[in-house]
Amino acid sequence: MSLLLQIFIFLPVLGFIISLLIPGNKETLLSKIAFSTVGLHLASFQIFLVYWLWKGHPTLNLKEIVIFETDHYEFFVDFYFDKITATYLFVGSLLTFLVTIYSRYYLHREPGYKRFFNTILFFYLGYTITIFSGNLETLFIGWEVLGISSFLLIAFYRDRYLPVKNAVKVFSIYRVGDVGLILAMWMSHHLFHENITFLKLSNYELVHEHLQAHSWIGIFISLMILISAAAKSAQLPFSTWLPRAMEGPTPSSAIFYGSLSVHIGVFILLRTFPFWEHQLSVRILIATVGLLTSIVATTIARVQSSVKSQIAYSSIAQIGLIFIEVAAGLDYLALFHFAGNAFLRTYQLLVSPSVVSYQIREQFYNFIPRQHTLEDSFPKRLEYTLYMLSLKEWNIDSFMYRYLWNPLKWTGRKLNFLVMNQVLYYLIPMYLIGLFCVYNKDLIPETVLHALPIGFSFIGLVFVLKSFTERIHARMSWLLVVMNHFWVALAVAFNENFSFNEIHLYLIGVAISGIVGYWILFNMKQREGTVDLNQFHGYSWKHPKLALVFLLACLGASGFPITPTFIGEDLIFSHIHENQFVLAASVALSLILDGLAIIRIYARIFLGPHVKSVYEMAYRSS
Amino acid sequence: MKATTETLYNEHELLHALKHYLPAQAPLKDFIHHNTLHAFQHLKFSHAIYSASTIFGYRVSLSLAEYRACFKQGRIQEAVIDRIITQKKGSGQLPIWKEKMLTGHYQKGSPRIGLLRAAWKREYQIDLDSLVHPLLFRVLCSYLDQGISIWNFPVWHKGLIASIREMERVSFSSFFRGKRAKKLLLGGQADMRHLLKILVGDEKLYKRYLFDQQFAHQGWSGMVSTVEDQPQTLLDHKKISLHDLITFELLLEIDALDSVFGTEWKPLCETVREPPIDLFAEVPVTELDEVTTLWQEAFEWSYYDEVLRGIQSVPPGNGKQSSTTFQALFCIDDRECSLRRYLEKVDPHCETFGTPGFFGVEFFFQPDHGKFYTKLCPAPVTPNYLIKEVGVRRKHERDAHFTKHTHSLFRGWLIAQTLGFWSAFKLFLNIFKPSVSPAMASSFRHMEKESRLTIENKTLQNRENNLQIGFTVPEMVTRVEGLLRSIGLVENFAPVIYVIGHGSSSVNNPHYAAYDCGACSGRAGSVNSRVICYMANHSEVRALLREIGIAIPDATQFVGGLHDTTRDEIMFFDEDSLVPANKINHRVNEEIFVQALHFNAKERSRRFESINTDLSPDEIHEHVRIRSVSLFEPRPELNHATNSLCIIGRRSLTKHLFLDRRSFLNSFDYRVDPEGKYLLPILKAAAPVCGGINLEYFFSRVDNQKLGAGTKLPHNVMGLIGVANGIDGDLRPGLPSQMIEVHDPVRLMVVVEHFPEVVLQTIQKSPETYEWFINEWVHLVAIDPLTHELFYFKEGQFTKYNTLKISVPQVDDVMSLLETHTENIPVHLIL
Repeated sequence: MSLLLQIFIFLPVLGFIISLLIPGNKETLLSKIAFSTVGLHLASFQIFLVYWLWKGHPTLNLKEIVIFETDHYEFFVDFYFDKITATYLFVGSLLTFLVTIYSRYYLHREPGYKRFFNTILFFYLGYTITIFSGNLETLFIGWEVLGISSFLLIAFYRDRYLPVKNAVKVFSIYRVGDVGLILAMWMSHHLFHENITFLKLSNYELVHEHLQAHSWIGIFISLMILISAAAKSAQLPFSTWLPRAMEGPTPSSAIFYGSLSVHIGVFILLRTFPFWEHQLSVRILIATVGLLTSIVATTIARVQSSVKSQIAYSSIAQIGLIFIEVAAGLDYLALFHFAGNAFLRTYQLLVSPSVVSYQIREQFYNFIPRQHTLEDSFPKRLEYTLYMLSLKEWNIDSFMYRYLWNPLKWTGRKLNFLVMNQVLYYLIPMYLIGLFCVYNKDLIPETVLHALPIGFSFIGLVFVLKSFTERIHARMSWLLVVMNHFWVALAVAFNENFSFNEIHLYLIGVAISGIVGYWILFNMKQREGTVDLNQFHGYSWKHPKLALVFLLACLGASGFPITPTFIGEDLIFSHIHENQFVLAASVALSLILDGLAIIRIYARIFLGPHVKSVYEMAYRSS
Repeated sequence: MKATTETLYNEHELLHALKHYLPAQAPLKDFIHHNTLHAFQHLKFSHAIYSASTIFGYRVSLSLAEYRACFKQGRIQEAVIDRIITQKKGSGQLPIWKEKMLTGHYQKGSPRIGLLRAAWKREYQIDLDSLVHPLLFRVLCSYLDQGISIWNFPVWHKGLIASIREMERVSFSSFFRGKRAKKLLLGGQADMRHLLKILVGDEKLYKRYLFDQQFAHQGWSGMVSTVEDQPQTLLDHKKISLHDLITFELLLEIDALDSVFGTEWKPLCETVREPPIDLFAEVPVTELDEVTTLWQEAFEWSYYDEVLRGIQSVPPGNGKQSSTTFQALFCIDDRECSLRRYLEKVDPHCETFGTPGFFGVEFFFQPDHGKFYTKLCPAPVTPNYLIKEVGVRRKHERDAHFTKHTHSLFRGWLIAQTLGFWSAFKLFLNIFKPSVSPAMASSFRHMEKESRLTIENKTLQNRENNLQIGFTVPEMVTRVEGLLRSIGLVENFAPVIYVIGHGSSSVNNPHYAAYDCGACSGRAGSVNSRVICYMANHSEVRALLREIGIAIPDATQFVGGLHDTTRDEIMFFDEDSLVPANKINHRVNEEIFVQALHFNAKERSRRFESINTDLSPDEIHEHVRIRSVSLFEPRPELNHATNSLCIIGRRSLTKHLFLDRRSFLNSFDYRVDPEGKYLLPILKAAAPVCGGINLEYFFSRVDNQKLGAGTKLPHNVMGLIGVANGIDGDLRPGLPSQMIEVHDPVRLMVVVEHFPEVVLQTIQKSPETYEWFINEWVHLVAIDPLTHELFYFKEGQFTKYNTLKISVPQVDDVMSLLETHTENIPVHLIL
């Protein structure tokens, strides 16, 4: 029976690949592929569901394929199926099916019809992998696919400024979530000394035995999981990304940000529940995050005067309640609530354009000049304060800027003295010396040897920081992010003796992507003259093909699961010891920034209004 | 701070100038088509559009590549190109200009707007707009909101700045990041001049700065300016002014700069070494402009010439028919053009007329239980009458998905787990079996069929809010006479005369008001049709009409109706009042209407890709109906797309022409009106109404990003008054791409069947109408009713126009054309 699970992964992969091969002008065929893929998925799942229920709904686990193996490490893809997967698949396949049919007509004649359906299928693939995942590694693959397809859907109108700006913003929050997950994976390797499956996680004795000796490790893992769940489900302090994700065509906003994508945070909490079930402090913390979010999001929803942001904040508030339900161990209620909320918000978003004729008519017949709201009875000072705070979204955004992004940018700007030549003249020899040392570790005193990994990873971090804040030189910025991986590899190479195969696995994808990316940037510079990072250039308007190749290079360079780098990344982390927090933090931070800097380069060069066609572009403010 | 005549900065004049150039679109519920570039209408069309382009960065024509493609496809005639170059440049220049048109390569400089304020980014490395706009838009939207938010702006009746000041004074929180802006506001130093002094510093630059600033978000600025001028357009009145908006924005800008640089930064004038060129300095004509003008005119005249050839080749009318089964009056709307053709085809003995769809009766309407009045006449008219609806029994349906309870925390919790599952089911139904829902905007709901209307005024004391309830008998006589004479229907009355208004139905469509009758201020025309029929059926009115020479036989009865242009359905009113003989007639006629509507649906369907045009008319009609209630259909109908003509004359002029639903048709008989007395009001309405529609389509088509609303798929409804992209975007006035994509940007050509000297005298009587013609925003052609010679109006006079010598294609049955073409079909003569 577990073997059947493969069908549910295989179908979306197949549909996605076929959809890529169909030419863009074949609207009917494209949409048919999309809705028959999802429709078939839905139908076969319904049959499977009946069979599964009839068999007494057993929990299924399938160790699919071992991708990489050493004596101490095993990277394998694992699938899992239980009531949580069943609920998520039920809601997801039904809604995606309905929305693909809906979009079939809705998007008629829209430029980017093909791009839309490709991305939807890609998203659906990511969603399926995530909910079927049997271990954190598999989940992470799906998670990354969700992240990148979200970015592409938000920036669907890539010739306008705001969608691109918001897509980068959402991506950066997702990136924070990614790193939470990477760190959780890193720590759980050390905790269990294996790539643990969710099936084993539900074994109370096993988990309990490991946690007893390392309770702080347990808390660390749970916290990291909470961070990634909160980021994905737009809980505090990440809430503001959700309404800003509503930049694509209404059906895509409805299904992804109204329902599926935003409930994935809840999913990961439900999935890891057995792990933190007995950590009372964590449960209290999760419930507190949920409670605070639901209160704050409700006040914000109350003052929203645009229909989509109102729905977004109401949904966030409900997800806050679901967090509380999960923390309280009410998993059935949480699943039920998730399904209801997902359906409701999807439908509300889909009918949101009707709100004008409906509410104007309501107003025409039932107008009461000024409704007394609850807040009117507050003292004026309190009322105005609360209102203004809610309208400003409780300053969540400026909080994030002040404590997260601005310090990074400030540090990066301090590195303005670095220019291309220096980078090449000083740092490459330095790297070579480092490399020499790796092969001749015995020449170096013990104390220095301990400091070296941190030192090198720190250089890598400085590189990405510089890249992240670079305003002028796109190619230098690109080189810096690519080189970051090399510094990380160097750092880890000092840390432990292990096979260079693993390092090669890690760097091969980066190197190839790096070269391809550099070539494209060089090419763009030759063709267009200006390729700085100070503004959006929108070159995909003129060079859509180059833009696509560069996107692939970006994905490769940022460790997306299309190159071996993805496995390597995980592998590299497994060589950081559980007591090396500084090293882990430095590497994790450089990975967050690495992904951000890369997507920033892509967005600045290829997305946004085309700088050379002022008359054809929309206003920046629209 | 009194502005004297010497000062460079005059606040009043400046605000006035800004308001003149900002978009003038009203909130969504009052969407009325108008010339998007109305601010430039005092200039000749070509000069005006290139000025607008250079100043504000709009695209104002197709691109050269698009014109050249049209030429390749044969949609632009070479003979027309030659003729236009010869006329404009002289025959010697023909090869040179033709070469330029076909192969010339041109670059366009950057627009003037925004150049001064660009210095913030260039010199200060600060992205001021992204620091200011999101909060500014959110505050404006919350302040003006008509019913989306649950908790409204707490201080609302004092005006924007006064309200914000009040909140800032009391609250612990603030809209500002720093202290200075708040202090300026609370300390009473927040007048525009003082703020500009801090920001800009030099009076010479103030005007330029404010233009740059307001045109960085012309959607919101235009909305504020419109609401300031017409506060009644918001049902929930809001006091706001452009002045307040600018003041608040200047404060936010100072605050944003403070937050980055502290309070010690230099005003803009100190870093701008050379002020940019004056925004409104004379715009030089470039060669690109000249070439574009040649192409545009060639594009237009390739089409106009085809139409004029068609009109000339129609065999001269053979007088009145011996007996007429029924007569039907429709709106001049281009969408009625084909329905009339099918009625005449199904019943060759009927007669149809076109006239503006408010049918000459202007009033406010109050539906039963309605809390407000709705204006039902052209937008510029302010009526003195009120008509009330009484006796409505049906209740309005509600839909729980729109209630605000779904957004509260605890009720939301309950609703998500109950209604939530119902939503999935509803979505399923709506995708596989779309049906009528409360979410829909339906024309038939505008007025209840069964209700009664207070049409007749019994005593002059019967007034409400300064409006007279109903019309007196003499007032009715004037209106009925005016209507009948203007369309030339003064004799040979049929037993039943239909007066059919129009409206539309759609769902998920924030622009629904744009699809209704423009002559009824963007509402359905049902009330107007009932009112005029009541008047024309009134025995005292009949008696008085007889005295002034309009003898309507007693057997003749008027019947009102409403045509839903989306669903192609007609609802008739007050059929019970028909005498038995007419009841029988009506039953026969109804069948004719049904058939004509089927055909009409089929003709429309050729533009809809999702409908197979080969199906039978009634099958297609069913698809068309489903389309109007489908949530996922962004094009329920195509509205005025492809409109390009306005023909004012007898039906014999166009009866045998296939005009492809591109023409406004206004009935008019020169014999009834030899001096142009009734022609004047027709032209006075046709130029701004039809011209306004045409130009809004024109500009939304050529620049869908800046003058249109862009694609409607990502639109988000803001405060029920406008749409924006996402949640932080500026409002998007104009038409979305789904409405204009099939439209060819050609100006309206008005064809009047009368002697050119009478037409000339008539248009000269009204300067504001004359402006439309003399500045070439619409073309005007007079056709001599006796000789069928054509005269084109140019530079203040009519000159004879000779069409190209090409024969007009003929067709037996247009169905074969419809099934094989999806693009515009050339003018055909129907045999």
